[in-house]
Amino acid sequence: MKKIAIVDYSIGNLFSVIQACHKVGLETFLTDKPEDLKAADGVILPGVGAFAQGMKNLEDKGLDVAIKEYVQTGKPLMGICLGFQLFLDESVEFESYKGLGLVKGKVRSLKDSPLVGSLPVPKITWDVNSPSKDWEMTPFQSVNENDDFYFVHSYYCDVEDKDAMLSTSKHGDLEYCSAILKDNVFATQFHPEKSAQLGLGIYEDWKKLFLM
Amino acid sequence: MNKLRIIPRLDIKGPNLVKGIHLEGLRVLGLPEAFCEHYYESGADEIFYADCVASLYERNSLNEIITETAKKTFIPLTVSGGLRTVDDIRAVLKAGADKVSINTAAVKNPDFIKKAAHLFGSSTIVVTIEAIKQPDGKYLAFIDNGREETGLDVYEWCQKVEELGAGEIVITSVDREGTAEGFDIDLIKNITDRVGVPVIAHGGASTVENVVEMVKQTNVSGVSIASAFHYDFINSGKMSREFVNASEGNTRFLNSGMSFRKVNTFDIPALKKTLMENGIETRSLRN
Repeated sequence: MKKIAIVDYSIGNLFSVIQACHKVGLETFLTDKPEDLKAADGVILPGVGAFAQGMKNLEDKGLDVAIKEYVQTGKPLMGICLGFQLFLDESVEFESYKGLGLVKGKVRSLKDSPLVGSLPVPKITWDVNSPSKDWEMTPFQSVNENDDFYFVHSYYCDVEDKDAMLSTSKHGDLEYCSAILKDNVFATQFHPEKSAQLGLGIYEDWKKLFLM
Repeated sequence: MNKLRIIPRLDIKGPNLVKGIHLEGLRVLGLPEAFCEHYYESGADEIFYADCVASLYERNSLNEIITETAKKTFIPLTVSGGLRTVDDIRAVLKAGADKVSINTAAVKNPDFIKKAAHLFGSSTIVVTIEAIKQPDGKYLAFIDNGREETGLDVYEWCQKVEELGAGEIVITSVDREGTAEGFDIDLIKNITDRVGVPVIAHGGASTVENVVEMVKQTNVSGVSIASAFHYDFINSGKMSREFVNASEGNTRFLNSGMSFRKVNTFDIPALKKTLMENGIETRSLRN
């Protein structure tokens, strides 16, 4: 069975990510050690919370360098929520803070966007994705445009690398990138492991496409 | 408006699911895992666990319930009850919860909200406000399941908790809780008018029409419902026998084999259908 390293760098709910992997037949191990990533067949960077704190936690343990090196091997990397945001160049939350720079773009606050209007922030709801490119042969291959997934976030990814964009979602009139796929790097703003059967389908297809 | 979230609320005491009126007089309904699985399969958008007596007893059973739930239900799980320290929060998140809701600890030490939001992210920190209407029409916030008055004005307090970094507010109308008299629409509207974070309405859901009415008149992001769902599940007879043998607490109701007819019960699909017919969007489910 393929072994997935789940990067344990914060304090969010890792339990559900582990359960989702097991459900689709992937073995997992939690780790905060850079050298462990080399031994994994796949890596997941989960996470909730603040960008700067998350990035500091990665840096303190040398995991930022390890993730960048890991991506070079061509093995699959998946980011979820804050994990996705950390893949970008930088965040402009309070103070600017540099990210992993795997995908060109910036992380911005939903609150600062006039397009959000009077909708609540954080965005906490089930919502749909619209394709930015063909979903065939991507982890979204079983997703329909009216399928809802669970979003919970206060910041969003303003992705400049348009080729990497897999889908968009909306909060009010603001349309933002809700998932990316660039070679072996896949990430979603929503939580597939919290999106019932359809979310587990994304784990399943990720496994089929990258780990078999 | 975002899609409305439908959130079954499960009050837990020891190993059991319980239900009272005005948060008091708890009777045992069965094992929470059985209800949870049923709600997951019928399209619940989220689950809310409230540990009613967490401050009085040890909490190992709650963590076990969280873990068992998180193994089977892949939707968000919020846990409340007796969370007083950063370590308490960390422990329930580690057990499998996605969000925590705090009330007593937030009132006693408002900076706890700030600290928790900073450490775990705002969207992980929910604050519950237990409101009781006073004879003069003012709403005051209570703690300890509506037992202890704080003197805090509910409308001022909701703005304060938002400022401190709470990512979501649950407003519990203690007056209506468990009564099936209908939501306190005035109270809920006054909260959603004042804050920019999502608000979940809890306490008093009577009929699907009452839910529709409340949602139309306020700007809520979700509804939290207990009795109507629980008694519907019990009356449906769908619960498997292995889950019916709860043993602790007030089990007289449970063992009597009676159904509960006083409450107008309904299930999640019925509620969603009526909401959709009234132009209120909810999560779509594939057939």
